[in-house]
Parts: sequence; C-alpha cells; structure tokens
Amino acid sequence: MTTPPPATEPAATPPPEAEPDGQPGSHRSFGDIIRLAIQENTVTITVLALVTATVLGGLLTAFTNSAVLTAWGHFFSAPGNAVGSAWDAAFGTYWALFEGSVFNPHTVAALFQQASFSAAIHDGFLSAVFNPLSETAVQATPLILTGLAVALPYRAGLFNIGGQSQFIGGAIMAAWLGYAYNMPFFVHVVVCCVGAFVGGAALGWLAGEIKARTGAHEVIVTIMLNYVMLYFLAYLLSSHSLMEAPGGSNAITLPITSNAHLPLLAGTHLRINAGFLIALVAALAVWWLLNRTTTGFEFRSIGANTRASRVAGMNVERNWTLVMTISGGLAGLAAASVILGTDFTLNPQSYGTYGIDAITVALLGLGRPGGVVAAGLLFGALHAGSPGMQVSTGTPVQIVQVIQALIVLLVAAPPLIRAMYRLRAARAGGVSTTMSKGWNS
Amino acid sequence: MELELRGITKRFGPLVANDGISLSVAPGQVHALLGENGAGKTTLMNVLFGLTRPDQGAIHIDGKAASFRSPKDAIAAGIGMVHQHFMLVPVFTVAENVTLGIEQAGPAGLLDRRKTRAEVRELSHRYGLDVDPDALIEDLPVGIQQRVEIVKALVRQANVLILDEPTAVLTPAETEELFRIIRQLRDGGTSIIFISHKLKEVQAIADTITVLRRGKVVGQRQPPATEDDLASLMVGRDVQLRVSKEPAEPGDVVLDVAGLTVASEHGLPVNGLSFQVRAGEILGIAGVQGNGQTELCEALMGLRPAAAGAVTLNGRDLTRASPRARLRAGVAYVPEDRREDGLVGTFSVAENLILDTYNRPPFASGVNLQLPAIRANATALIDEFDVRTGSPATPAGTLSGGNQQKVILAREVGREHKVLIASQPTRGLDVGSIEFVHRRIVEQRDHGVAVVIVSSELDEIYALADRIAVMYEGRITGFRDPDVPAAELGRLMAGGADGGHALEFGPLPEMDDSAAPDSAAPDSATTAAAPETTEAPETTEAPEGPADTDATDSQEES
Amino acid sequence: MTTPASAERLPVLLPPGPRAGDAAARFGGRFAAPITYAVFGLLNILVFGLHAHGDATLSFTPEFAKVSVPNLTLAAAATCYVCGVVSIALAVVRLLDVLGTIHLGRVWRRVIVGVVLFLFIIALLAWADGGQTIPFNIVNLLSGTLSDSIPIMLGALTGVICSTSGVINIAIEGQLLLGAFCAAIATSATGSLWLGLLCGALAGSLVGILLALFAIAYRVDQIVLGVVLNTLVLGLTGYLYNALLTGTYSNTLNNPNTFNQLKIPLLGDIPIIGPVLFDGTVFLYITYIVLAGVQIGLTRTRWGLRTRAVGEHPVAADTVGIRVLAYRYRNVIIAGLIAGIGGAYFTIGSVGSFGPDMTSGEGYIALAAMIFGRYTPFGAIGAALLFGFTTQLQSVLSSINVPIQSNLLLLAPYVVTIVVVAGLVGKVRGPRAEGVPFIKS
Repeated sequence: MTTPPPATEPAATPPPEAEPDGQPGSHRSFGDIIRLAIQENTVTITVLALVTATVLGGLLTAFTNSAVLTAWGHFFSAPGNAVGSAWDAAFGTYWALFEGSVFNPHTVAALFQQASFSAAIHDGFLSAVFNPLSETAVQATPLILTGLAVALPYRAGLFNIGGQSQFIGGAIMAAWLGYAYNMPFFVHVVVCCVGAFVGGAALGWLAGEIKARTGAHEVIVTIMLNYVMLYFLAYLLSSHSLMEAPGGSNAITLPITSNAHLPLLAGTHLRINAGFLIALVAALAVWWLLNRTTTGFEFRSIGANTRASRVAGMNVERNWTLVMTISGGLAGLAAASVILGTDFTLNPQSYGTYGIDAITVALLGLGRPGGVVAAGLLFGALHAGSPGMQVSTGTPVQIVQVIQALIVLLVAAPPLIRAMYRLRAARAGGVSTTMSKGWNS
Repeated sequence: MELELRGITKRFGPLVANDGISLSVAPGQVHALLGENGAGKTTLMNVLFGLTRPDQGAIHIDGKAASFRSPKDAIAAGIGMVHQHFMLVPVFTVAENVTLGIEQAGPAGLLDRRKTRAEVRELSHRYGLDVDPDALIEDLPVGIQQRVEIVKALVRQANVLILDEPTAVLTPAETEELFRIIRQLRDGGTSIIFISHKLKEVQAIADTITVLRRGKVVGQRQPPATEDDLASLMVGRDVQLRVSKEPAEPGDVVLDVAGLTVASEHGLPVNGLSFQVRAGEILGIAGVQGNGQTELCEALMGLRPAAAGAVTLNGRDLTRASPRARLRAGVAYVPEDRREDGLVGTFSVAENLILDTYNRPPFASGVNLQLPAIRANATALIDEFDVRTGSPATPAGTLSGGNQQKVILAREVGREHKVLIASQPTRGLDVGSIEFVHRRIVEQRDHGVAVVIVSSELDEIYALADRIAVMYEGRITGFRDPDVPAAELGRLMAGGADGGHALEFGPLPEMDDSAAPDSAAPDSATTAAAPETTEAPETTEAPEGPADTDATDSQEES
Repeated sequence: MTTPASAERLPVLLPPGPRAGDAAARFGGRFAAPITYAVFGLLNILVFGLHAHGDATLSFTPEFAKVSVPNLTLAAAATCYVCGVVSIALAVVRLLDVLGTIHLGRVWRRVIVGVVLFLFIIALLAWADGGQTIPFNIVNLLSGTLSDSIPIMLGALTGVICSTSGVINIAIEGQLLLGAFCAAIATSATGSLWLGLLCGALAGSLVGILLALFAIAYRVDQIVLGVVLNTLVLGLTGYLYNALLTGTYSNTLNNPNTFNQLKIPLLGDIPIIGPVLFDGTVFLYITYIVLAGVQIGLTRTRWGLRTRAVGEHPVAADTVGIRVLAYRYRNVIIAGLIAGIGGAYFTIGSVGSFGPDMTSGEGYIALAAMIFGRYTPFGAIGAALLFGFTTQLQSVLSSINVPIQSNLLLLAPYVVTIVVVAGLVGKVRGPRAEGVPFIKS
C-alpha cells in the first residue's frame, strides 16, 4: 500500500542497437562464433587469464622451493644463478606436469629401445607413450561429470556446492551394488551405474526439495550436506556390520567384483575406460537438455528471470527440485566412474576434491557443456601430471588447486585482465562484467 | 536564489537527452517543466542535482557559475530534490531518513536522536507537513512518504526544491494537499521546479511553464496557457491521442470475479472485490497506485493465492488454478512491470515470444523444441507488431520500452485467448507506442475478447474503457460509464461513497490559488487517504463538466 | 535460434528468490513449530527416557574453584519423562497459538523454542550420564561450548558487518583458515603471541581486500567469489603446509605456543557462570568487545546508520552524499580483521600448530549462524553458541562412553544447521541490497 510505482523509462537509458548477427534467427556458423568470441575478447581473456595464472603459479612454486630460496639468499653475488634457479624450478614443475598429462618423450625413447615391436606392445611400452593422455582422460572424467553437476543448476539459477555429498551418495550405491551382488558382465556395470545415478540424485533431490519447500538457500544446505555425508561415509566404513570389509580394521569396502568394472578402452596397460565415454555422452545430453528441450527452456528461463517465468506459468519450485535431482545424478555418475573405473573400492577419502574442483571446472567452462568438457580436460591434465610432478620436483600437489582457483578468479573478472593487459573493452552491448543479485532479492 | 541553466547538453552514446537547454528560475516561483515521457526532464534534473555531469553548458547560481560533482555539492548550493522513486530507506524511521548523511552526532559518532526528532517536528509544523519522526517509512502511506522527502530537502536548507513527477502516486485529494504545501513554500521564498507530464496539474500550480520535447526547450508559457497550445508543444504534431473506437457490443459475461480477497502481511490488499467483464467489452479499473491493483492482477493470474472469493472464466472455476492452467484456459496477461514480470531479458525476442507456449505444438513435440517453428513464429509476429529489433535472436532486454511492450503484447494476443488483462499497459512509453498499444487493445475488444485494463492514468481509462470501475483499498467503490466527470472518479478514487448513480455535476467553480480546500485536509500522518466527505472536494483535475472532459482528455494523452 | 554468447555468459544472473506470498508452500506449513516441539518431546520420552537408568549427576564446579556448588542428582529416566511431557505440553500451547485460540507474542514464541531445546538437552544429559559414576560437568560443557564457538561467533559477526553493508561474505571460511595459518607461522617464527594475533587479523583482512575488490570493483557474483576464494585459500595453505611446514621447517615455522587462560579476578569466581564467562583466553574477551562494538555501532552510531543505509538502499545513501563504495570497502576489510582473529584462535588459541583444512567448514556454519540470528549481532552469537554446543556435546559424550558412534555425533552440528535453516527459522530477509553491486549512474 505504500510503495511507489516502478519507474517510467528515464530518458537516460538509450536503447542500444541490437547487434547484427548474420541472418535473422539463423544458426551462427562456427566461424561466426570464433569471430565474435575474439571480438568480444572472450577467448583472449580466457587465454590471458590462463597465462597469468600459470605465471603466478610458477612464481609460487619457485619461491617456495628451498633450493631457489637459498640461491636468492645470494642474489647479489650471483644474480644469474638466482634467476636461473627460479626459472628452473618453475619450468621444471610445469614440464613435469606436461610430461605427466600429455606426452613424455622418454617413453618414445624407451619404446624404440625394445627388441621387437610386438614385444614392445605386449609389455606395454607403446601404451606408455599414450599413458599421460590416458591419465588425463581418466582424471578428467569425474571432473567433467561433477562440473556438469554444477553447471546445469547454475543455468537454472542455483549454485550447487553439494557435489561432494551427491558424489558420496552415488559412491555408496555403486560400491555396495558392486561388491554385494553378482551379475552377468554387462548388466552388472549398468546396474551399478544406474544405482550410482540414483544415489547421487537422492542427495540432489534432498537439497532441491529443501530449497523448494522452505526457501532455504541451497549454498548453506548443500555445504552442510557435504559434511553430513562425509561423516556418514566414515561411519558406514568404520562400523563392522555395515560396509566395512571384514577381516581387517581398514575403513574400506570389499573390492568391486570384476563384472562391475567399467570396460577399458585401450588395452590393459592404460586406465582409460568407458567412464570417459560416459562423461562425453553426459555432456552431450546436458547440452541437448538445455538447448533443445522444453525442460531446458524452463531451466534457463528460471535461471534468468524467476518472476517472469512464474508469470509465464512455469512451476519454479518443481524445476528447482528437478534440476538438482538430475545434477545429483551426474555427480553420482562421477562416483561410478571413479569407483567402477579406477579405484574398485570405496574408502572415506574417495570423494577427493571433486566437489570443489567441480566448481572451478564449471566456472571456467562458463556454464556450457562444451566448456565444461574443455575445462575438465584442462584440469584433468593438471591432476594427471601432479603426482609425477611431486615426485620429480618435490612440488606439493596442492599447487594444482591454487592454479585452478587463480584461473577461475581471473576469468571471472575480465575487467581485471583487461586492466592488466590494457585490452580494449568489448563493444557496447556485449556483456562482459558479471552482475550478481545476491540471495534474497 | 536565482538559478539559471545555460545551454545544458547531455548525451548518452548516440542519444542526445538534453540539447542546449536554457532556463531560469526566479526565487519564490513555481516553475513547471512539462514534457512527455522521454523528453529529457529527468536527465536535466539529474544534471541540476549533481547526479550527472553535463557534456556542455553550465549552471549559474546568483550569477556565479557552479559545478556539481555530486548531490552533495548541489545540496550545499541549496538545491533539494524529491525523486520520483523515493530515496527513503524503508526500514528506517522518518527521523533516521531525514538525518542520514547529516547526522547529529556526539563523540565517537553516537547519534543524538532527541535533537533530530525535535528538528523534524519543528520543520514539520512550520510547513504543515505533519510527519511523525519515529514512524517507520515502510508503514507510511505514499503521500506521507513524499512529505518526508520534502522535510529531508528542507532540513538541508534547500532554496530550490525539485519535485519529479510528484503526483504520480497521489490521490486527487493528496495532490491538492501537496499543492497547498508547494504554495506555502513558494510564498516563503523557496523556488519549486515541478516536473510533470500532466497538463492540467501544471496549469493549476505553475507560475511559469517550460515545455521540453526530445531534449530541447520548445516553448515557455505563462498560465493561463491553453491546453491545445501546451499539448501541441509537448507532442509536436497533431497526434490522434484518442483511439477511434466503435461503440462496444458486449456479449455474455466471460470473466466473473466475486468477493475476491487476498491477504498479505500488511492486511487485505484485496478485500471482497467483485466485477464482471463481458466479451467485446473493455472494463477500465481506475485507481491510485497502491490500492491493491497489483495484488488483484496477481490473484487473477494465480500468482497469489485467494483467501476468499471466486474467479470464473466462462463458467469454469479458476480460483484454485495454477498460472499455467489459467493461461491455457484463455487468459492473456500483460503485467505491470514488463522487465521483471513480462520478459526474460537475456532470452532472445523469439524465445520471449513463446514464453508461455513453448511446451505446446507447434513449438514443441513432446519434450523437444521445434526450432524452425519458433523462428517462423518470431518472424511473423515481429513483422505484424512492428517490433524494432535487429533480429529475432536479439536479447529482449536490449529493446526499448515500447518495443518490449510490443513483444509482450504480441505474445499474449498472438495466441487464442478469451480474456486480456493488461496492467498499466502504457506506463513509461512514448506517444507512438501508446497509440499502438491502445489500438491493439481495442482491436482485441472488437474481436470479442473481454478486456480488463488496470491503470492509474485517468486519461488512459477515459480513452479505452467502455465501463469504468474505481478501486480503492481493495474494493470497487463504484462502476461508472465513460462519460463520468473526472471529479466524480476522483472522489471514488479517494474512497468516497458510491451514491449508486453517477453524480451529475456542472462545471465546478474556477480553482482559486488562495482558496484552501478545508474539507480535504488529512490531519493524521498515518491515514491512507482523505476522509470521506459528503461534498466533492476540489480536485486537481481542472473543474469541467463531462463534455469538456472528452475534448481535453484527447489532447492530454501523452 | 541460439542467443548470442554475450547474453548467456557465466556467471549468469542469480535469480531473485521467491516473492513474499508466493506459491511455495512452507515445509509443513504453519504447523512446523508445534510438530517439531512434539517430536522433541517424544524423543525425550521414547529415546532417552526408555533407555535411561540409574541416576545422573550433574556437577557445576570446575577444579580449583574457590566456591563449590553442590552436585545435582537426577533420576535419569524420570527426568527424561518430565522433559518430554513438558515439551509436548508446550507443543500443544504452540498449536493453540497457530490455530488462533490463544495469541502468543513473538517473544513468547522464542522463549518456547529455547525452553524446548533446553529440555531436550537436559534429557540428553540425563540419559547420557544415567548410571555412570562420573558426574557430568556442566561448567566444563558450557565453557567448552563458549570457547569452541569463538571462531563461529567472530565469523558470524564478520558476516553481519559485511551483510549489513550489502556484501555477501561467503569467504569467511577462507579468512578463518588463512588467519589460523598466518598466526601459527608468525608466532612460531617470532615467539610473540601478540604478533601472531596481529598477523592472523591481517590475513583475514587480506582475504577481505580480495573479496571487496572483486565484488565491488569488478562486480563478480559474490557467492561464487566467496567459494572460489575459499578454494584458493584452501589450496594455498595446503600447498604451503606441504612445501614449508613439514620436514625441516616444521619446528621453526609450525610450532607456536598458545595463549593461556586468563581469569578475571572477582568476576571469575562467581559460581557457575564465573568460570564459564570470565575464565578464558584473550580470544573470549576480544569476542565480548567485538560483540559490544558491533551491536552498539550498528544501532547507535553514525557509522551504523550509514552502513545500514548502504546495505538497504544504496541509491538513497548515494543521493545524500554517502560514498557507498568506499563504505563497503572499508567495512569488508575491517570485518576481515575480526575473522582473521577468529581464525587465529584455531592455532594460537587452542592446539598450536596448523593442519590442513583445520577449520573444517566452521566458516560456513558461521554464515548459517548469521542467517539464523536474523542478521543481528546478538542473534548471530546465540546461533553460533548453539552450533558450538552441538560440537562440544559430541566430544563430551564420547568421553563418557555414550554408545553413539563418533562419526554420527560429528555430523550432528551440520544436521542441526540444516534443520534450523530450513525449518525453524522462518523466512529471514537480509538487507535489501545484499549482494547487489552498486553502480553509480
């Protein structure tokens, strides 16, 4: 009764010219997309953000390296040495990452040293050449899936930080179905994957339903669920009667029966398995869902303007629950890919850092399924290379998390990159700054 | 204080909002700035108040050039502004709002509340503003909030007070009160700049009228200027502001609203409201903003639950139906807030055009969207409704207000419907768009649709309605024919009792500046509107009989 | 029919929440409260009462107390039944209130909530200690609660300042963690506790600077930003811990001493409340000061009025000459100091050396406490104490061999948070402009 009416259009807001965009309503060609991306500096900014983050990461690596620190202690007497050692440390770290994730020249050398080609293949020397790439794919798989689990709700306006809880939910189902039952080959894997999807979806559904019914903000609820499931998992694995493998005091389940293993894709020496295909198919499915279905239309509409969506007749709460359920299922599939693809067992740390990494993957991928795949591969490469990096250079693996966070931070603030590199701002009309609306507007 | 604006020019990209505007305001004068929406009035005042810097031109105060980098400078120079959308913090008290920024504080910044309260009371008495320093803004009616804004400006010793569209939210009686205050301030030496697009008000209150059009000053007049003169200056051409309308041929009752009641945390914004609309008829629901119109529309659409009552469409009970069910049943809705409720700004025009039909053939088969059909639909509607957009893929948020409204209209009337509910359909639109929208609405009526228009602009009601209902405090206070005099509508809008038939008035006596309307003085800061009177209070709708209303209204549509 | 890339970039607009009076039905509707109380009552009777036996002894005297308060012995089962019956009675009272037969003011409703929770805890203690020989020391429980809650209390106060200014601070977790880290290292390296405290505060403030910069200047989505900053801090501290704090440097850099308990003379000797409220580390007293400062500051000073204006209606504040952005910067950075101190508590206030992720989500609990406390300082403190209590309860119960698995106890605080945020709180509205970037037109 007391609020004044909304604004008349002030003369101050000019209607910006709509950007010409090829023929009206036509599909944009791939070339158009690239051209636009470069014009609007999207790609440039992302690349520069990556470069900057790399440099910062390199600096961090170098200046926490004891050899480098000692060299810099004698900077004035041997400056070349100091700088050189810093460079060596940083470069060494990145090179080790590269070797572990993409290609290690030593493997080729080793290959050609073998007596015969067939022996080489049999003993795994050929596989060793492709091992880095295989590992990248293996690490990328859960990242892509959990990244999708964050990206999808984000398009619907929800921030799903509960990937960890949903992952655990799926992992519990996958592991239990995997070790407790015996089924024929193909069936068992499929059942376990479906079970994992259901387990994750249940947790996603819970968060979505709480939000839909009570309006409680999903950030708090999902973070709390993360901790709840974390301790719940520990509980399941420590109590002898539940999931712990008998005959030992290790908090770990029985191993998954071999019929439930995800089939390997490139021979027994490489770990790349069908999980990677599942991830790619899931990305495609999410793309199709978002852009080609009525459900995806609703998701995007609600994410962009909840009120107008309500007026247009959409049921916002039901969509929230639905999107969180699907998203939880994706995280559950991620768990399946880990439990059934590489680990074959479940322990209290199985969820790793996927929950947090998923957020960085989704953000770097700009919320689009294609971007999530690319970002997942990038971060998967980092994860693949980091164990070897830690062994050979002594740099702790957490550097990867730091670099990930730096990349996302820099990508999320294009004006910062622009200021740093003095890029021209994108044309008027292109949206480059991100606007936030908070959680109770 | 002599205030002069010389050659003020302000551009926003390619748009020239102000183009070499010069005007001067003498002390103790009410200077009206008249122009339609988009003429540049608000931009000019933002320049004057230091909210924007002009690209060219200068402000001179008492002959000396002054440059304002922020409102602080303008306030220091003695300029105060009452914005169209109040700059009041709803959860603060009156005193806290008045004192914000110039707080009386002791050591360590501790607030001295007593002093502030006393100050507010003093000013309030001096100018007859009557505000309670400890009342919470969000509990106060709009008219009183406006007074708080005025007190805010006065506390900062404003010599020039800018009022931006102050009467948009007032009943005719409250408007009269405001005019009284303005005259009192003027007689005390304060200059008032009164911005409005309403011809009659400007004629009633101003000492000088400057007319703006498309960013330029196109003329200056002294009252009594004729309305034709002012209107043509404002609009610049002979615009047929009154849609030519065949008389209505109403059919059966389509929409039946009976005893509708809606509850909210503040009470009952809709309280036992009833009306019926027939096919081929336009029902215009008039009323000052804030009397439950928003809640009524939301309840009709199912966005708010009805606590009591029934909504029936062609005999089908929709009272408990979801918004989607109502849309399917044939309700078309053009919401009041087109940006927030009508469009998804980041979606393309094409997507917005199917916002409520996307999951039905031909736009979808099962769960799959049919993109070619969506595209074709967009192209056809854009063409038919003359939506100015680069392509159907343009985000709807980048269109101008008029074009956005066209998109919404195209979407709503483009599909099968039996009832059209349009709330404030032409708010903030330029004349061309207003014409277009009105024409389309009448077209719908002529096709047999039952149309409900909710509008706080009496001119719009007069232009469109075949029958008028007046809404006040959640109820319909009366139904009238469109030849009812504005004074009568004003009375009903302020809560006057329904005599059961239209009051027949001849022309009311000429309004006299010195005559204070004693019957309509609200004395409490917390009552929402003028107390019910048995005689018609003088209203700002200039005194004229029914015949005059028609003629002048046709010119005033802007 | 694809929309231009610029129109759908991540981060996308977060949606406005459900409108007041929307179709979203509250979970259980108006009957949630009486049902909840009845449930508590039934729990008291069925779970505790039926399983309680013997006598429970509650002691109220800490060791070395000057004044000794006699122990309280309760018949365990009877106590539980009584608590249960009273709770159910209160549930009936609340039901009558809901139905409109009687009318309870807001104050009475809150009192009832408190009483029901109190009775539940009494029943819990009675059951836990029933038949045990060791008395249950209430003073230890309370003072442990208070000290456990310190980081949450300080974090919640940080959140209150930031939110009131209009900035959502999800990065409290990161501020706590970095504060803990820096405090430990600084004290370890220099031997000075006060220097460590200062460094901890500055560390929290540093994160605050990043938050302010990205949120205010670059207008990044504040919720995303907070999570990313937390990730960055987590990765950074984890990395530096592994690189620097293990091995050679662990003794010099990660071995700080800790603050001692400091008892206030006279006040500290008051029976029961003395040892609880006036015998703690300097952190406890800092918390009192900060609480008083924030409460008085926000409600009675010019700073508080302007801060609230900036968070509720920044445009209005701008037109009266308040520099909105400067205010936000300042408040966020100062609030960071508080969180940094809260973080320092983890190391130099309690265990000493730093461990990876030692804050384990308490920053997020602090956020929940702030929301639960309706964005007021005292409310936030009360909520923080509630959460601290559940954590403390876990450790106390496990020390008297209560037959609940430790993991299940550990997840209790998180479940409580969810229940509270979703169920008991009701719709809490924060400052209207919270999270919305202010753009000067």
